[in-house]
Amino acid sequence: MELTPDHIRSIAALARLSLTDAEVEKYREQLAGVFAYMEVLNEVDTEGVEPTGQVSGLADVLRPDRVVETDATTRAALIALFPERAGDALVVPPVL
Amino acid sequence: MQDKKISSVELTTEYLARNAKLGPVLNANITVADEAALAMARAADAAIASGDAHPLTGVPFGVKDAICTRDILSTGSAHMLDSYVAPYDATVIARLRGRHGVLVSKHNCDGFGHGASNENSHFGPVKNPWDLTRVPGGSSGGSAAAVAADLCVYAIAEDTGGSIRYPASLSGIVGFRPSYGRNSRYGIMPMASSLDVVGPMAHTVEDIAILMETMAGLDPHDATSVPDVVPAYAKELDGPVAGMRIGIPKEYFGDGIAPDVAAAVQGAIKEMEQLGCTVHEISLPHTNYAIATYYVLVPCEDSSNLARLDGMRYGTRGTGSLNDTYISARNAGFPDEVKRRIMIGTYALSAGHYEAYYRKAQQVRTRIIEDFTHAWKSVDMILTPTAPITAFKIGEKAADPLQLYLADIFVAPSSLAGVPALSVPCGFDRDGLPIGMQLIGPRMAESRVLQLGHQYQRVTDWHTRVPNLD
Repeated sequence: MELTPDHIRSIAALARLSLTDAEVEKYREQLAGVFAYMEVLNEVDTEGVEPTGQVSGLADVLRPDRVVETDATTRAALIALFPERAGDALVVPPVL
Repeated sequence: MQDKKISSVELTTEYLARNAKLGPVLNANITVADEAALAMARAADAAIASGDAHPLTGVPFGVKDAICTRDILSTGSAHMLDSYVAPYDATVIARLRGRHGVLVSKHNCDGFGHGASNENSHFGPVKNPWDLTRVPGGSSGGSAAAVAADLCVYAIAEDTGGSIRYPASLSGIVGFRPSYGRNSRYGIMPMASSLDVVGPMAHTVEDIAILMETMAGLDPHDATSVPDVVPAYAKELDGPVAGMRIGIPKEYFGDGIAPDVAAAVQGAIKEMEQLGCTVHEISLPHTNYAIATYYVLVPCEDSSNLARLDGMRYGTRGTGSLNDTYISARNAGFPDEVKRRIMIGTYALSAGHYEAYYRKAQQVRTRIIEDFTHAWKSVDMILTPTAPITAFKIGEKAADPLQLYLADIFVAPSSLAGVPALSVPCGFDRDGLPIGMQLIGPRMAESRVLQLGHQYQRVTDWHTRVPNLD
């Protein structure tokens, strides 16, 4: 598979990363190597094989959908983590 | 402590002094909890005085920094979270603190658990206590080094595809990955949610058993934790192992394995025969596809999990417009290997590639699970080396990520299958570097795995050797 610098830039944009030209070239080489290695998976016959998404053996684990109050200490600790705040409110950049 | 010969405050003070002296030499710690640890030690002493003691009460332990600990920094070894103080304890940590365990240190690791050498940390590489020019293994390298150097009695870490067992092997200690779902993942910085498992690291399997009794069990905060009854692991350690059928998968003894590692594992197999076990060659035919499977599934799940780290509600906020805010925060906050895995995962999940990579890997995962299911028809346990080589030099493999991915070759298949696997010291190579063997059991058969590991340790003394750091 041929990975071009434009491929790398568009993947980076999807992943909300920006890369320098040197990084683009580095990741292009490294990803090409990694994906070339992954081609070995095509040696395995998986015709009709169910994909495994998880191995817990559990299915449809549900809980009641209800609001649980947080204690004051935890609330204060959560708010203290806000990178930018106005009083107890989280400040975010404008969307538009 | 329960005999009142030493108090938890005295013991904790000694461990804190040892961390102050040797922690920087190994670069094993990101945080030493000093005052908070002493407060926990005083509470432990009070619990002992009131007759409310447990084997873990007052015992100093450390935690991988990718696991959340209330009021104590949890960085994941990444710049993105270098000032993150979790407002809650991970469930396993809450359970240990509920027994008045004393949290003395948070351990350096590969950033968000991405790596096998502990060289991918914002806080610099960790050094192997047996040779300071070598890596301790990763991603839980700080935890392995700290236990090996007696900076804590045990450590709690996380294993997605070997992050407990691999460094345990390279650092000469015991590391245990229980069955997927046996321990709660709540409060763990997630990497690949279908593979992440929390487990303990210590010098002896007996300690592992005691820890598992407290850590394991259903957690309402983790929908993937299983409701199965938690056995009395420590009591069951002396259960019979004579007659246990041990499978040796021929795929694990190919070209890439160092001669000293092969010899040490052969020695361990002989010990198992002495214990009355029978040894059988088996085949796990899809072993060679495990790394490719793992390194598709993990970056995919990883890139999804890491999408939450946008610097908006916690972490390092970026600058500029909304989109630029995300980009600048993630660019500055993520180490190189994290970016690489996000790139691999984003590509593999993108339109037109999902079927060829993610779905294909999920199907091969089914094949790998079938290998194990088939093996359990003829054997009770599988014994392998934990790693093909012993600890390598810092920087030796840094330039080629694929080389480092291949380090996980013996620990990835059991991770994909979700079965319990234990790494136990079984020798040293010609340079004096530790070698570990891996015992793999059927799903939820932790007790059997721990029994065999414990009884092996009773007739060997590899785990009693300590690195010379003083």
